[in-house]
Amino acid sequence: MTVPLLEIRDLHVQFPVGGSLLGHNKRLLRAVNGVNLSLAQGECLSIVGESGCGKSTTALAVMGLQAPTSGDILVDGKTIIGDATLSRMDRARIAQMVFQDPYASLNPRQTVHQSLSAPLRLHGASKSEANDRIADILKKVGLLPEHAARYAHEFSGGQRQRIGIARALILDPRILMLDEPVSALDVSVRAQIINLLLDLQEDLSLSFVMISHDLGVVEHMSDRVAVMYFGQIVEVGRWDAIFANPTHPYTRKLIATIPDPDTILHPHRNRATAAAPPPPAGFYFHPETTDRPDVYAAATPSDLIEVAPDHFVRCAT
Amino acid sequence: MRRFNLNLWLGGVLTLLVITGAVFAGYLTSLDPVFDANLMHAEEAPNGQFWFGTDEQGRDVYTRVLYGAQISLTVGIVSQIINSIIGLSLGISAAYWGGWWDDFVNGLTNVMLAIPSLIFALAIMAVLGPGLPSLLIALGLTNWSWTCRIARSSTLSLKGQGYVQAAQTLGYSDIRIMATQLLPNMVGPILVISTLGIGSAVLAEAALSFLGLGIRPPFPSWGSMLTGARELIVVAPWAAVFPGLAIFITVLGFNLLGDGLRDYLDPHMRTRQ
Repeated sequence: MTVPLLEIRDLHVQFPVGGSLLGHNKRLLRAVNGVNLSLAQGECLSIVGESGCGKSTTALAVMGLQAPTSGDILVDGKTIIGDATLSRMDRARIAQMVFQDPYASLNPRQTVHQSLSAPLRLHGASKSEANDRIADILKKVGLLPEHAARYAHEFSGGQRQRIGIARALILDPRILMLDEPVSALDVSVRAQIINLLLDLQEDLSLSFVMISHDLGVVEHMSDRVAVMYFGQIVEVGRWDAIFANPTHPYTRKLIATIPDPDTILHPHRNRATAAAPPPPAGFYFHPETTDRPDVYAAATPSDLIEVAPDHFVRCAT
Repeated sequence: MRRFNLNLWLGGVLTLLVITGAVFAGYLTSLDPVFDANLMHAEEAPNGQFWFGTDEQGRDVYTRVLYGAQISLTVGIVSQIINSIIGLSLGISAAYWGGWWDDFVNGLTNVMLAIPSLIFALAIMAVLGPGLPSLLIALGLTNWSWTCRIARSSTLSLKGQGYVQAAQTLGYSDIRIMATQLLPNMVGPILVISTLGIGSAVLAEAALSFLGLGIRPPFPSWGSMLTGARELIVVAPWAAVFPGLAIFITVLGFNLLGDGLRDYLDPHMRTRQ
């Protein structure tokens, strides 16, 4: 097997919470609890799950914005965390991020040109090279070169997200981390941004990691889907396998929340998920029988089992 | 329509008045504040020739108040610039880096807030000796705590914003992020606190000079003029009233300007961007 572009190995991120003044009773919130993921070149991997399940923390750890407690992150088989590794400048060329809120992700005191040219200049481009690159990238994301002279507040939400994408692409990274890229946008412009991202993925041979809880978007964009629940991956596989044959009960619940126009037209037709086989006994999470998982508990040993080729489901040990 | 901002206008006019007096002192009077002493005209009440009267040595109070404005404004503005540099660099870096550095800066700020700044400035002046440079140092080192606090809290709220995180992932150094992403977005509150700081520095300069530790006579600082006029308060009250009035107008002007700026920069006061 070829080496994946990005590989996350047994990633743990813990935050100390509570505790008295003298440091007694300090508990660790295990936001990310032993996550293993890999991303192939040109692939779109989606991480789905509810708020607080650790998907954003995983993304921040990959971006270097959150130091992992333990575990390893590899790009092309080489680790990018720890002391003996890449500088911030080298890391910038590997992965960039598109943020959820287009209103908070652009500096209100800088023009588009300023926020795009500064990173280029920092990475050694000359003034004219930077100008050419900015004009080129603005065209690629569907904006006009003259938009460069404007400030963030002069744009609509959709245009701002295009600028955010342009900024993420300006250094020509290999991986784009999409943190809820369309959830803050009007429904009318979501499709435009999604199509823009898919076009860019093809043109620039990008690889995406998308964080989302909008399963409609995930179904449309992803090659592979990882379902996260309380800091752990509970199911991972190709998108069609996940959506057609969800096995873990939590995945089934998630997929059941997708609004389906057919259910209104045919009230007696059951949801697609109901046709799936019942979950095997001993699942780590079973909403009917167990309490919510304890976020302070240590990770159980790796226990993803392969139910079909490239389709893994977590099972209790 | 923006609401009429009386504070901003009144503060602006008073401040402008003082600045004009200081900058154009040489054109607004033909006399010298130190050497044009004429004992023939000592302790004269305000009249056509001496608009604000004369002091015990026959020096024109009007001339001395104008030149005093130069000293007061220099002290106020320069010491506030020093305060802002200290407060901004400590406050922004503390909030951005966090950890022991944040604890240290917080502790230092609390200590500074607990010591009465005038007493601290007095102590520094006692060590350095009187004069303009030591005044600037003493007042520049003692009044940065509020700037530091505001810079710190602004940084805390800004550093989670997408554009700050984006700057990190794009490879900006920490210093560059502080200078280009954080600092420009806290100009409003810092401007307000700095304007108020100039007012209090003018007041502190007057107090120190009054106590004989600031600008020494015969040079015309408003504080040292008050010291000289103290003994004449009954026979020549104008020698004390006019420098006092000048301090009052300057401090009031800067405080109103600060309040006005705060209202002006508050987005809730705006009806359109």
